[in-house]
Amino acid sequence: MDPCPRPAWPTLLTQRPRLKPSDAVGYHAAMRDLTAVAGGGLLHRRAFLGGALAIPGGLVLGSAALAGPLVDPVWSHRPGALPRGYGMPSPAEGHVARIPFTPFPGIAPGAAASFSPLSRLRGRITPNGLHFERHHSGVPAIDPGKHVLAIHGRVKRPLSFRVEDLLRYPTVTRQLFLECAGNSLLQAAPEPSEKPCAVIHGLVSCSEWTGVPLSVLLDEVGPTEEAHWAIAEGADAARMNRSVPMEKLFDDALIALYQNGERLRPEQGYPLRLLLPGWEGNTSVKWLRRLELAPGPVHSREETARYSDRLADGKALQFTFEMGVKSVITHPSAGLDLSGSGLYELSGICWSGAGRVRRVEVSADGGASWADAELEAPVLSRCLARFRIPWHWQGGPALLLSRATDETGATQPSRDVWLERYAPAQIYHCNAIQAWQVEPSGRVRAAFT
Amino acid sequence: MRRPAHLAAFLLIVGCATGSDPAARGPALGTDIDEADLAVWNIDVRPDGVGLPPGSGSAAEGEPLYAQRCAHCHGIDGTDGPAGPLAGEDVTVGTFWPYATTLFDYLRRAMPYEAPGSLTDDELYALTAHVLHLNGIVGRTARLDRTTLPAVVMPNRQGFRSDWKPR
Repeated sequence: MDPCPRPAWPTLLTQRPRLKPSDAVGYHAAMRDLTAVAGGGLLHRRAFLGGALAIPGGLVLGSAALAGPLVDPVWSHRPGALPRGYGMPSPAEGHVARIPFTPFPGIAPGAAASFSPLSRLRGRITPNGLHFERHHSGVPAIDPGKHVLAIHGRVKRPLSFRVEDLLRYPTVTRQLFLECAGNSLLQAAPEPSEKPCAVIHGLVSCSEWTGVPLSVLLDEVGPTEEAHWAIAEGADAARMNRSVPMEKLFDDALIALYQNGERLRPEQGYPLRLLLPGWEGNTSVKWLRRLELAPGPVHSREETARYSDRLADGKALQFTFEMGVKSVITHPSAGLDLSGSGLYELSGICWSGAGRVRRVEVSADGGASWADAELEAPVLSRCLARFRIPWHWQGGPALLLSRATDETGATQPSRDVWLERYAPAQIYHCNAIQAWQVEPSGRVRAAFT
Repeated sequence: MRRPAHLAAFLLIVGCATGSDPAARGPALGTDIDEADLAVWNIDVRPDGVGLPPGSGSAAEGEPLYAQRCAHCHGIDGTDGPAGPLAGEDVTVGTFWPYATTLFDYLRRAMPYEAPGSLTDDELYALTAHVLHLNGIVGRTARLDRTTLPAVVMPNRQGFRSDWKPR
């Protein structure tokens, strides 16, 4: 299942004496957190943080014995490589890569995606080279000196902006998630996927985006009273376009120029893209070249035949922009197996298009009991946050779930509840709870509860 | 802008250029552009037909063109190509798309995949007519143009509703 060398993390703590919840009961106050707080071996969310993971017998977890005598390695005796213009990851990390997906390789190779390797990443920010991709007709090779953004239509003064002009405008910087509307569509399939976590959920990423507030440019063109929507269009060969309400554009839309401190990568819209915080990724039009203000939506193919939600009553819902509250356990997850019973830190990512995630609960017994996970501060609006909770896996079958609730009170639905709302063909906006089945061998695979 | 007098002059220029408060939120570097300049980019077609160009075509005219330019991806009947169906029982133009104009827009915008923008307006009308004909929506000899295409009523026209509610 796992095509890559197993990362070192699951071996953490596994060579030590096993800790049973009963070991901790009755110990002094600092040990209270080792008490299981939910079924299946979930420990208090702060158990790892308080330095309390001493176990009876005087051993401290984290002090594994070395396999052999220390050697002084060759790299400590030879001058190393020279500085270089653009740094790259260690060759030992070469397996950490996006997973390309080309459903039409022979006829439309650029109508494709690549999945972010979620279970190889920690923290909240996605490295630029690992941000998921979704293209409708490949990545255009744009000469920034020849690219302009035109804003026209129902405006008092239609204007075009060169890239070098936009680079002189005041900017704002925000950490924001970006998620494809079709992320996690395998959760809507009739059978659980055999694919790794990245392929099931890897069309979400998170970056620090820097750009010009679109409201500044809108003030400059002066929308007329008839301007209620804007049609955003890219410069790619699909000339991909989406209609967006003006409210959003005035509220928090960016013309993004930088991603994680450097100029956008070509696959993320270089030299500039629209960025709509919390909304389905397709509306954050890449390679943006035109914003046409209009009285209503244009009803393009991408907002009728695609990116509309097929409901159980047979109707299709258009313009369902906001991405729902969601979480997924990434460590462990399908494709990232456990290497033996013992203590683990369960960890994952959570996000909501409506604002901040307020709470993530985790279950290790298929939903029979739940425990609150620790949310790593700061928890930002419309941004990935990481949650974690210690877990004592005793080596038996376990069913791991996570369930996020955001500041509006919305809670991630079970798969059954999500399915009830939609027609079988629905593939967008799936934020159903993911279940990971842990087998006694340590193998982890997707499951339906 | 090294001295306040220069700054004041700069702000005055910005203020004049935008017709707004001199304390503009940006440097006001936009360049005037008009709709004629944008005609080469502005290929939007709306459901009411706004944006449709002159020209016309029929399914009969579109059939050989479809065989040549489209069938290798979509199948000769639009039902069995590797790119997914255009016609038939599945989620297709005939069963799902609410507006016939969107078909013209998308063909002109993005098709054929390997050479978008390579079809003439007459060819686009003819291919639009042929795909609609494959779905049993227009007759083989019906002529589609900027007047008749927006009048085509798609079977699933009432199948959509909007989730967007202004706050």
